[in-house]
Amino acid sequence: MDPPYDYPDYRSTALRAPRKPLLRLPQTPSELTGPAFGEDAVSEFDGDLTRQHPGEPLGERIVVSGRVLERDGRPVRNGLVEIWQANAAGRYAHGNDDHPAPLDPGFTGAGRCLSDADGRYRFTTIKPGAYPWRNHPNAWRPAHIHLSLFGRAFTQRLVTQMYFPGDPLLEFDPIFQSVRDPGARARLVSAFDWETTSPEWALGYRFDVVLGGPSSTPLERQ
Amino acid sequence: MTLSPTPSQTVGPFFSLGLCARPCNVLVADGPLRIEGMVLDGAEEAAPDAVVEIWQASGAGTYDSSFGWGRCETDGEGRYSFVTAKPGRVDGQAPHLVVLVFARGLLRPALTRMYFPDEAGANAADPVFASAGDDASTVLAQAQDGGLRFDIRLQGERQTAFFEL
Repeated sequence: MDPPYDYPDYRSTALRAPRKPLLRLPQTPSELTGPAFGEDAVSEFDGDLTRQHPGEPLGERIVVSGRVLERDGRPVRNGLVEIWQANAAGRYAHGNDDHPAPLDPGFTGAGRCLSDADGRYRFTTIKPGAYPWRNHPNAWRPAHIHLSLFGRAFTQRLVTQMYFPGDPLLEFDPIFQSVRDPGARARLVSAFDWETTSPEWALGYRFDVVLGGPSSTPLERQ
Repeated sequence: MTLSPTPSQTVGPFFSLGLCARPCNVLVADGPLRIEGMVLDGAEEAAPDAVVEIWQASGAGTYDSSFGWGRCETDGEGRYSFVTAKPGRVDGQAPHLVVLVFARGLLRPALTRMYFPDEAGANAADPVFASAGDDASTVLAQAQDGGLRFDIRLQGERQTAFFEL
């Protein structure tokens, strides 16, 4: 389901993919526990990336929302969800991004929130642009938002990327394609969502996240 | 009901925008234990764009969801550090940290543990430590002035022993 470490089409794996066989780990309290985050982990504008600066960002305003769930369907409550992304022009507000597209003084591209009692999270942001990278000739990353999530156990930790439906670049993107199972790959693509689309304001995209890890095997609940 | 998990994707090169905006590597202010190390690739080159997360028990050997998590991005020389306190033994296991490494070029995180060099007896009796076999030294921190050193090698002859997630 997860991509392999070693995926030659994504060149950066060549010197970084672990090669020795992974060891089995018994499920001890070290694997079955994890950190919890309180309201102090997030502040007022962390969930709305369009209101973090005096001026509004350029681009297409969107609402990204969904539920964080365990494999048995139970919601992850108060789970920390962190996101980061490029601006509408495809440029990250990061010193190492040298793509010659404009920075946006109204947009940093980082947000965080806690999931609610139903596991729901929600961000207001700007649709990120596609951008070139140097993986192969004329390589372009499809538009995506990075998400980082915490579950109940530290071993449920997930960092992933959310893509947009209908993006013609998905077919050619080695990072997206590194997930070899088409069904699993499809779970990385958000769905256009009328429910969160607000009239004359923003388009909605829905992205539910299912955390793997220890919940997939029976264990005593806290 | 069994849902299929969402697959992992790499953190990419720009994660510090979202993940490291606020420093999270001091678990105990002025804590007695300083851990530092490097993340290295298969060419023994420093990885300046990795992020290391830890999860550990309290000194009493219990896990508490409000204590024990830390995160540190590597600097330009591939170095990370944490300031904390040594965890106690949990369920008879040797004291250890759970360590998760994310980086550009890692499509999913690499999971390992860090064990303590002053716990030879407990380490020898720890089944997880023992399961690393000849590679057990790769999950053992080294004592150095002012704390411990724990280098993480993603690849190569001296690759750190990693575990299934």
